[in-house]
Amino acid sequence: MSTVKFPAVLRANVGGARDVEAAGSTIGEVLDTLVVTYPSLRDQLFTEDGELNRFVNVYLNGQDVRYLDGRGTVVAAADEVRLLPAMAGG
Amino acid sequence: MPKTYNELLREARSEVREISPAETDALRQRGGVTVIDVREASEWDQGHVPGATHVSKSYLESQIEAAVPDRAAPVILYCAAGMRSLFAAQTLAQMGFTDVASMTGGFQAWKAGGLDWTTPPKLTDQQKLRYSRHLLIPEIGTAGQARLLGSKVLLIGAGGLGSPAALYLAAAGVGTIGIVDFDVVDLSNLQRQVIHTNDRIGEKKVDSARRTLTALNPDVTVVAHEEMLVADNVDRLIAGYDVILDGTDTFETRYILNDAAVIAGIPVVHASVFRFEGQLTTFIPYVGPCYRCLYPTPPPPELAPGCSVAGVLGVVPGIMGLLQANEVLKVLLGIGETLAGRLLLFDALETEFTELKLRRDPKCPVCSDAARAAREAGTPLPVSTFSEGVFMLGGSR
Repeated sequence: MSTVKFPAVLRANVGGARDVEAAGSTIGEVLDTLVVTYPSLRDQLFTEDGELNRFVNVYLNGQDVRYLDGRGTVVAAADEVRLLPAMAGG
Repeated sequence: MPKTYNELLREARSEVREISPAETDALRQRGGVTVIDVREASEWDQGHVPGATHVSKSYLESQIEAAVPDRAAPVILYCAAGMRSLFAAQTLAQMGFTDVASMTGGFQAWKAGGLDWTTPPKLTDQQKLRYSRHLLIPEIGTAGQARLLGSKVLLIGAGGLGSPAALYLAAAGVGTIGIVDFDVVDLSNLQRQVIHTNDRIGEKKVDSARRTLTALNPDVTVVAHEEMLVADNVDRLIAGYDVILDGTDTFETRYILNDAAVIAGIPVVHASVFRFEGQLTTFIPYVGPCYRCLYPTPPPPELAPGCSVAGVLGVVPGIMGLLQANEVLKVLLGIGETLAGRLLLFDALETEFTELKLRRDPKCPVCSDAARAAREAGTPLPVSTFSEGVFMLGGSR
């Protein structure tokens, strides 16, 4: 199980939790596990075609998975996954 | 055994390696050597070797370690005529510096040889006092302070982020502060927009900000741009500024600013806030990623509400705005490591900072090598733009 950190703007989808444990050996599997448990996350994270939305960045241990192996990026048990959409406020 | 001055000088000359002004100039231009002027401040003020560091012989023992931390690093000392620097070199040898030379004939011989020299920037007595805490820091000093006074910073927005940043940049002596804001001061702003005051409700934010900043520091020229930043005016607004501080609250403005700043080659210090959280990074064109590399498209409005919808803890933009000001000062002074290529997250509830690594997107339609080449060839790549509030693919900025 890896830990997935949620920014405030997405927490309403996961019952207000700051972080959630999710199973999966790749980023894709971890995110699939999340949307099964929290279906309202699906529209936030994925396009209709099942691709990751470009406005939500996914970081594995501080590295953007777009520059690793994307959804296929291997996730180990103690890893930290962070979801991060852009913010507008100034 | 008492010694005369001439005996001391002979002794110093036998112990210290001497080097000609021409040779010093060649080494200086090649780099890797620290040239130290050991004369008094009044002599330094009249002119010195370009790039030299001033450490008066009177303070040599106490200040040399800050100027040259590595005792094995090559050092060339000079004075007015080449005598004081010989004695100074002996002192450094006693302190364990192993590669010290003294320039023969000193600054007089340097000038007589027709070599390049410069006069240090001058501060008024008032400025010496006002900025005395900066002047004491070796990384800033008179040269750095003069640089700040000659710098131009553009703030996009005099709001939650722009207010604290503007106050500290003005206090620091950034000579020109431009402010783009079309709004007026509202009572609901005052919980965090600390540049404005209760008696200015209804006043233009640019005017209110100017009053506060010039009252704080009359050295600062405030340029008010009372307009909304849009695609049609962005190039004109940002022209001539050294650094831009992005404190806007819409994605539309952030993308327009990003694209224009990359093309103009101007660094943008970016921050955004949401309730208890903030994000911060510095975009340096072609060195690190740009805003489009980080977020290729904006989220739908429901996923990214602004402060007027979602709320924000007042200190969060305060903290993020000051971190932006810190980045601006580093970029202007050329010191330290900026956040280029790093995204700093702040969580006020946990008092936690997290750093994420950012990269340039090799396919970025604005800052990739291909995008740059296409622009230079007169056929810019299509980018997504906003049209009536909707993010559209295939615009043609």
